Amino acid sequence: MINVELCGVSLKNPVIAASGTFGFGAEYKQYYDISRLGGISSKGLTLNEKQGNDGIRVYETRGGMMNSVGLQNPGIDKFINTELKVMKEYNTAIIANVGGSTIEEYMAAIERLNNEAIDIIELNISCPNVKCGGMALGINSKIAYDAVREVRSICKKPLMVKLSPNAEDIVDMAYKCCEAGADALSLVNTFKGMAVDIHRKKAVFNNIYAGVSGPAIKPMALRMVHEVCKAVNIPVVGMGGICSFEDAIEFIMVGAQAIQVGTANFIKPDICIDIIEGIEEYMIREGIKDLSEIRGII
Amino acid sequence: MICSVEKTYENVEICEGVYRLSIKGKFDVKPGQFFMLKVGEVEPLLPRPISVYDVDEEKISFLYQIVGQGTKLLSKLTENDEVQIMGPLGNGFDVEKIKGKIAVVSGGIGIAPMAHLIKKLTNCEIDLYAGFRTVDYSVDSVEKYVNKIYLSTESGQKGHKGYVTDIINPQKYQTVICCGPEIMMKKVISICNDAKVPVYVSMENHMACGIGACLVCTCKTKGGNKRTCKDGPVFDGKDLIFND
Repeated sequence: MINVELCGVSLKNPVIAASGTFGFGAEYKQYYDISRLGGISSKGLTLNEKQGNDGIRVYETRGGMMNSVGLQNPGIDKFINTELKVMKEYNTAIIANVGGSTIEEYMAAIERLNNEAIDIIELNISCPNVKCGGMALGINSKIAYDAVREVRSICKKPLMVKLSPNAEDIVDMAYKCCEAGADALSLVNTFKGMAVDIHRKKAVFNNIYAGVSGPAIKPMALRMVHEVCKAVNIPVVGMGGICSFEDAIEFIMVGAQAIQVGTANFIKPDICIDIIEGIEEYMIREGIKDLSEIRGII
Repeated sequence: MICSVEKTYENVEICEGVYRLSIKGKFDVKPGQFFMLKVGEVEPLLPRPISVYDVDEEKISFLYQIVGQGTKLLSKLTENDEVQIMGPLGNGFDVEKIKGKIAVVSGGIGIAPMAHLIKKLTNCEIDLYAGFRTVDYSVDSVEKYVNKIYLSTESGQKGHKGYVTDIINPQKYQTVICCGPEIMMKKVISICNDAKVPVYVSMENHMACGIGACLVCTCKTKGGNKRTCKDGPVFDGKDLIFND
């Protein structure tokens, strides 16, 4: 069976569209039936609307890309009143990705989402493009522990914490988030990187650093998911450069309960469907009846 | 809206570093719209947004200039090679709403969407102001559709020596339409705003998804951030805010 359970939520399959690459789903609806997805993780939401970063926001690198969007989003209230209403019709699991720059902001945003028809809250403590708070949270596991514990105390939804690969110690970070009451973990967000424009003789991005994603980061992401899966007893959603069903199976074999597809959506808009069908065909070929047979075998 | 793999009809270098790529198939496209084109399985990772230059019964054509790896790979395509093509994307121009005496202003490769537009504007008297660095290209393809062509080259090899913005007087026109480098569009908007003449521009930006989901191609307007790929690339010039 290709369906999986995540924090008590039944997903049709383990393929979730990753936050920040899929908007709120509407744009991809024209390319395929998005109800076929295991779930959609929303664009990162903050309590109040954010305009995001100035300057160049995307830059391609070998085997990957860098982005510096800076959490541009309509804010929680507008999300609830407009985008969420549409998302409910999609017949797939809805994950609200929540970011912020202070703990108060996170708390207020989550309180507003508590009574809405979303399945899981993905707590983004890892956006590298938001200054003050966001990054420190994702870097230091003691700070993350306090934040997750506070959020947990008021959060009525299953809470999945999205980790940064830039954490000082990814295993300790995962362990502390688990101890603080996270129901699941997702990793990895983008790696902090940079690029220089040698003609302008300046950093490409106004913020100097930006988030690296795409196939270039997959080996590191896979290693981190492997390490984390060995250390915690809650479900882990793996991501980082997944572009094919083979990539997805690798993440499942190192222990991921489900996977997210991000940058690959830009390469081919219906790539999630290729991955879902690829996993199904692989299971038939290999005589696998349930993904649990191969999960965590490495 | 399609995303499919199609075959190359031809790929011709029309001027040094500038190519016309035609892809087989029949496409319904509004002037100003673009497609995301991708060649190669792996590198470059992302498709490239390219404006439509011309459409006929059997093919769609694009003009592009080699600027990096993506366009360099495009230039290697030959007949019957496969290209991943996604589109048409973006809002495009509302040709029915454009009437009277108009000026079309292009800078460099910005001639591509302007040439497509000119062919579709049937109720207008059009003057084309086309600026290039050294040599002109594709201007002859629209000669029969326009009233007058004003050329400029930075090198002075042809037409006015300098910028096309030196020679346009917007007051002669009901509407000005422009596509070119940002610095040029900024100047055209400024002189049109001073003359209180409506101006529409087709913006260019780095993109990733091309369909409005990823928010990397934002452009600033008086109504907040807009997505170049989905809300544009055609914008009312008086709404745009440029960074200094």
